[in-house]
Amino acid sequence: MQRSKNDVWVGLFVMIGFAAVLFLALKSANLLQISWSADYKVSAKFDNIGGLKNGAAVKSAGVVVGRVESIVFDDGAYQARVYLALDKRYAFPKDSSLKILTSGLLGEQYIGIEAGADDNFLAPGDKIGSTQSAVVLENLISQFLYNKAAEPSASGTAPK
Amino acid sequence: MKWYHPAELGYVARQILAGWGFGARLLWRLMTLSGRCLRRFDLVRDQVHFLGNYSLAIITVSGLFVGFVLGLQGYYTLQRYGSAEALGLLVALSLVRELGPVVAALLFAGRAGASITAEIGLMRAGEQLTALEMMAVDPELRILAPRLWGGILALPVLTAVFSAVGILGGYTVGVLLIGVDSGAFWSQMQGGVDVFKDVGNGMIKSLVFAIAVTFIALLQGYVAQPTPEGVANATTRSVVVSSLSVLGLDFILTVMMFSI
Repeated sequence: MQRSKNDVWVGLFVMIGFAAVLFLALKSANLLQISWSADYKVSAKFDNIGGLKNGAAVKSAGVVVGRVESIVFDDGAYQARVYLALDKRYAFPKDSSLKILTSGLLGEQYIGIEAGADDNFLAPGDKIGSTQSAVVLENLISQFLYNKAAEPSASGTAPK
Repeated sequence: MKWYHPAELGYVARQILAGWGFGARLLWRLMTLSGRCLRRFDLVRDQVHFLGNYSLAIITVSGLFVGFVLGLQGYYTLQRYGSAEALGLLVALSLVRELGPVVAALLFAGRAGASITAEIGLMRAGEQLTALEMMAVDPELRILAPRLWGGILALPVLTAVFSAVGILGGYTVGVLLIGVDSGAFWSQMQGGVDVFKDVGNGMIKSLVFAIAVTFIALLQGYVAQPTPEGVANATTRSVVVSSLSVLGLDFILTVMMFSI
């Protein structure tokens, strides 16, 4: 095969393409943040998951320690069963509790783990017992209104 | 729009079906020729040079300006909701998922597809393709297949360049000119753009577009009427049909990839 000066230019073209793909993958996408380390799976039941989605973060003290792997509806208990993939580097006590939290006022929902005090650690396949559901804004408002209505009105009970 | 006599309708329908059949047969033949074609890589390399390198300028400049405009317009909308920091995410997602593959493919259809059609149409008009056959050289192997592979290799690279340059353009306007926080710009982008779901699917899109645009250009040139007018019509039809099919395919691919 003879060499030609096109080789140089096509080589340059391909190099520019590689640079662009590297830029897209490293600088603008999350290639560096994907954890390639092994994980272990645990599950938990929630009364209400709110707007939690597959792939949502699992955080402890604000640090991402895992991801929500799948969410299914358990029609035996009428609850949501959430499967979590936790990073193998982090171990949590068996009596840790889960909370569905929201980042910011209208941000994404994620799961927060609060470590318990048990000496044994969570093993793959374990079920986490103590969970706290997502805060549903409508329930909160109706509760607030209900409490307001139960309060004696300020004008009616004003001391004479 | 040309009007047909009712008696001609059957003939016209048959012509159209025969055209589709010929196109499918040609595509299949070019696919089966891939192995033999890629073994003579110098032919493919020259096509990558012709289709890719020479399109680099228009792709880079367009990408830059699309990025500028996305940065500006995105900022005006986002700052109303007090979330100008999400500008990076908006620019990156719209470029990587949609604008990069689609606009690069449209520019490629105009810049490279038209020249492929004109070149092959002229070869047809000048009976060069027949002359090749007379010399026992298969024109589909020698002329068409290297161009198809040149397009398939060049367009994804051009798309990546377009998206990357566009993001830099959005950065220039958003961060350097308007003053969005640089750290938030990049971290929001990295938080929301997935390598495989967004960047990878964008690349798959551009691969599909590359096959569609290059093949339509080849087919239109190959079946062009061997007259000056025929070549002109073929070139026009090549750009129109490939642009429309890029937009149509984009809708189908988006529904398949990003619908929840």
